[in-house]
Amino acid sequence: MQNLQFGPVFAHSDAFIDGVISTLVLAALSIFFGTMIGLLGAIGRSYGPRILSAPIGAYVEIIRNTPLLIQLYFVFFTLPLVGIKLSSNWAAIVALSIHLGAYAIEIIRAGIDSIPQGQIEAAKSLGLRPYRIVRHVIVVPALKAVYPSLTAQFILQIMGTSIVGAIAAEELTAIANNLVMQTFRSFEIYIVIAMIYFVIVQSASLLFAGIGRLLFQWKA
Amino acid sequence: MSLRDFGPNEFMFLIAAARWTILLALVTFAGGGAIGIFIAALRIAPSRPLRWLAIAYIQFFMGTPILIQLFMAYYGSSLLGFRPDPWTAAAVTFCINAGAFFGEIFRGAIEAVPRGQWESAKSLGLGFLKTLRLVILPQALQLMVPPTVGLMVQIVKTTSVASLIGLNELTRAAIKVNTVTFEPFMVFGTVAIIYFALCWPLSLYATRLEKRGNGKIQAKVKLPRLMPAS
Repeated sequence: MQNLQFGPVFAHSDAFIDGVISTLVLAALSIFFGTMIGLLGAIGRSYGPRILSAPIGAYVEIIRNTPLLIQLYFVFFTLPLVGIKLSSNWAAIVALSIHLGAYAIEIIRAGIDSIPQGQIEAAKSLGLRPYRIVRHVIVVPALKAVYPSLTAQFILQIMGTSIVGAIAAEELTAIANNLVMQTFRSFEIYIVIAMIYFVIVQSASLLFAGIGRLLFQWKA
Repeated sequence: MSLRDFGPNEFMFLIAAARWTILLALVTFAGGGAIGIFIAALRIAPSRPLRWLAIAYIQFFMGTPILIQLFMAYYGSSLLGFRPDPWTAAAVTFCINAGAFFGEIFRGAIEAVPRGQWESAKSLGLGFLKTLRLVILPQALQLMVPPTVGLMVQIVKTTSVASLIGLNELTRAAIKVNTVTFEPFMVFGTVAIIYFALCWPLSLYATRLEKRGNGKIQAKVKLPRLMPAS
């Protein structure tokens, strides 16, 4: 049994900070793009013609029933074959966005389905234009209804970024692995990394809850 | 330029690797379920420190990425002076991790049983464990089924992460085949289809069970949303 030595770990604290920043950037970008996919996809799935809603449904089922790691490898290895050359980090963002998009479609669709048809008819009879109806009668109330599920999925996405080191993208876990090779303090480094993720996840939960209050407080 | 083409042999290699994915998922399901029962019992135990212990366990395993937990078990064990093989590390980590999720599912189901059942059992002179076993669990069991099937899907997908510590399951087999054939579209497409074939029937079944919502107690137990990296 060796002793715990955190000294060599904290000597590399700047590397951890870089890692945290990379992880947060990856998570933020993929959450942004994934939510956009989710929003458009959910509207298309609920209100679009069958030719649009069927492929969206297939996309959701395929992504939700295959591992993120396989999606990551698929994007990373096949995109260059069709002439799209991306860095590891951008390939990771693409894969993570596609991944989150499917879950976001499913979540937002549940919110859209919870809106009574009468609301839309009422909005039409009041003479609201389609854009206004989509925005004020469908999207905002739907997002409000599913906000907790959606942000839980965002939290998952933050933790999901930990595996993109598999395609040599730069983030907290990958940086931790490099440090393990340099210092051989594997247990200490992983426990510190676990705590960092824990803090990120808890702060993100609080942040999302706060944003939710700000966004939806005055919109009944 | 590649060493070989993606043919029937490579396909069979992937199919053969899928059995390790299935085995690991089954081990996780059994072990995680057993731990989950224990965690759920702690979570609703009359003693407060026991409940805190269970909450800390659940928070840690749901609030950190499973890959880190896996690395901690696999590389971090050297601190204790031994190096587990990938199989042991993966099986142990996944069981402990799934235990947190099963614990939350079981607790949700147990708490959905009306309070009056506890009180009447107590007034009949049954203790905590006896009430749980004879009165509460038989009723909670049917509520647990839909989210448990849903969790099974997550478990199958999560086993792919074990490839990153070198466990030879489906995802790692895919990486190996891709390295020699360099036909990523075929390789990862095939592997995606295999995972899909394992997961989709379970997903459909879970949705059906959820919609049917059979049983006398009208309450839905949700699958905990937090499942890292699946």
